[in-house]
Amino acid sequence: MSTAEIKSYLPPVIEVDAEDELLEVAMGPHHPSTHGVFRMDVALDGERVVRLKPVFGYLHRNHEKIAEKTSYLASMPYTDRLDYFCSMTNNWAYALAVEKLAGIEVPERAEYLRVITAELTRIQNHASAIGFLMQEMGASGTPLMYAFREREKILDLFEALSGSRMMCNYMRFGGCRVDLPAGWLDRAKQVVAGLPQFIDEIEALLTSNEILMARSQGVGVLNPELAVNAGVTGVMLRATGVNYDVRKVDHYGIYDRFSFRVPLGAHGDIYDRYMLRVLEMRESVKILEQAIPQMPEGPILDPKSKPRGFRPKPGEAYGRIEAPKGELGFYLISDGSGNPYRYRVRPPSLINLTILEDMCLGQNVADVVLIFGSVDIVLGEVDR
Amino acid sequence: MKSTEQVLAELQSAFPGAGVTLLVNPSPSAQHSLLLAAADALPVAAYLRDQLGYDYCSNVTGVDWLDKETIEKVKTTRTVAKQVDGVELSVEETVEETVKRVEPGYLEAVYHLYSMKHGPSDPHPPLVLRMRTANRTDSVELPSLTPVWRSAEFQEREIFDLYGIVFKGHRDLRRLLMWDEFEDHPMRRDYVDPDDYEYEPTPHDEVLKRAELHSAQAPQEAAR
Repeated sequence: MSTAEIKSYLPPVIEVDAEDELLEVAMGPHHPSTHGVFRMDVALDGERVVRLKPVFGYLHRNHEKIAEKTSYLASMPYTDRLDYFCSMTNNWAYALAVEKLAGIEVPERAEYLRVITAELTRIQNHASAIGFLMQEMGASGTPLMYAFREREKILDLFEALSGSRMMCNYMRFGGCRVDLPAGWLDRAKQVVAGLPQFIDEIEALLTSNEILMARSQGVGVLNPELAVNAGVTGVMLRATGVNYDVRKVDHYGIYDRFSFRVPLGAHGDIYDRYMLRVLEMRESVKILEQAIPQMPEGPILDPKSKPRGFRPKPGEAYGRIEAPKGELGFYLISDGSGNPYRYRVRPPSLINLTILEDMCLGQNVADVVLIFGSVDIVLGEVDR
Repeated sequence: MKSTEQVLAELQSAFPGAGVTLLVNPSPSAQHSLLLAAADALPVAAYLRDQLGYDYCSNVTGVDWLDKETIEKVKTTRTVAKQVDGVELSVEETVEETVKRVEPGYLEAVYHLYSMKHGPSDPHPPLVLRMRTANRTDSVELPSLTPVWRSAEFQEREIFDLYGIVFKGHRDLRRLLMWDEFEDHPMRRDYVDPDDYEYEPTPHDEVLKRAELHSAQAPQEAAR
């Protein structure tokens, strides 16, 4: 079989009348809409995008090499810095991969702690993602500040729990680092009780907003076949209507015990992605409302797990979770020593950008900013 | 979904004679993998996607395996001519010798596949594919699987960048994270990082070199 017989999914080629009249623009790495240091080399025919090449690596520090040179546990705080909005889920994904590699069990109380912190993380990530998207649409401040007001309450909870607001370094192989401080669950209950009102507020402000609808409906459309083939995950994938949520598919942790639904989009455009983030926040609130009262007593760390001198048997494992931005996976190879022989992060932010060119071609240059914003990336994870 | 062993049996019946072998993973995760011969990889990958439902390639990564040098002590027995009490005799003697063997290293590309079509109704562990280059120096080519799974596009570029595997048939094989002028492959196990990343030879270096040469050529003058 030759390459020609395989059905490939490639970006369309846009015909240009006058090649020498194209305007080449480097959007970034200092452009405020690039969420950090990211560059898009765009060729424009008038207002229309005819070519787009993303350029990465401005924040590259070879996280994987550093992890190969240190012990398994020493990489845990470093995972916080991948997607620095969601350190809790990064910790969980790494802990899950190591637990698969070494066959470690997690006590029930720790599983509840993981679910609660991960769902709080998802809510603050989605709220901020919506806020940033609106910022790029020109709604300067208001939606983002609403989101940050709520995020602040969640970060306060994280600070009380782990000592740090963003770099939580909370999970360990076989459980969590510290138990809840006194009164934490009641505070969490209060914060969660206030969340539906916040989501209603965001929706009242935005869902039927004329400017949002005009600028996002039918813009940046992604079709489901391409999305699956290009490995797009998370909200980006489900907005195209593909029902794939790792929480439901892999049954990791204790997600089977909670009743929640996976919202799906129908058009795969920016508006669907916005709507899905709102709906996923509502589902996360549902999970939290079930998980917090059920919290059992007991140990938070597997008594058999040894954090120091940890040497898993030779072998390999790939573990993945549904992080707020998509499927976050860790692939580890052990050669029996105290350091991983190979440590690999599967970054959802990077892989979700594979189809950035496909979504932007033929659109107006002003919409590139919105399409890029709707992917929801963090450069710490893209460049690693 | 089928287990890795069942997938192997199906591939062997669909592609008789193709190089597909099972590699057992001894860790508790029990995620076994299939080693594909580079020559047959593309049709096998397309079959996995189109016939067996592995439509989603989640993770693509490189691994560097260095040359393995094993030093063994081997006992060999041979007959040696010896003088015993003035008489020539052939005596059997056991000698211990150290034998050095070098197993050549290779670069490996690892693909983790799932099925989005069957995933929600039929959860399954990942199907792991591996391909290996012939060595680590001059034949480092592998076929690109980007025509089958677009998600490999950036990840294969990253492997090319950090490990130096050249993916044949990739539509845009450039460095992804390091800058274009960078020359080495930092994720290789034997990579030595430079003292100074910013260092570039300047005209000033030439002057310094000439000055050094000058003082080396005239030692007496310097002593006086």
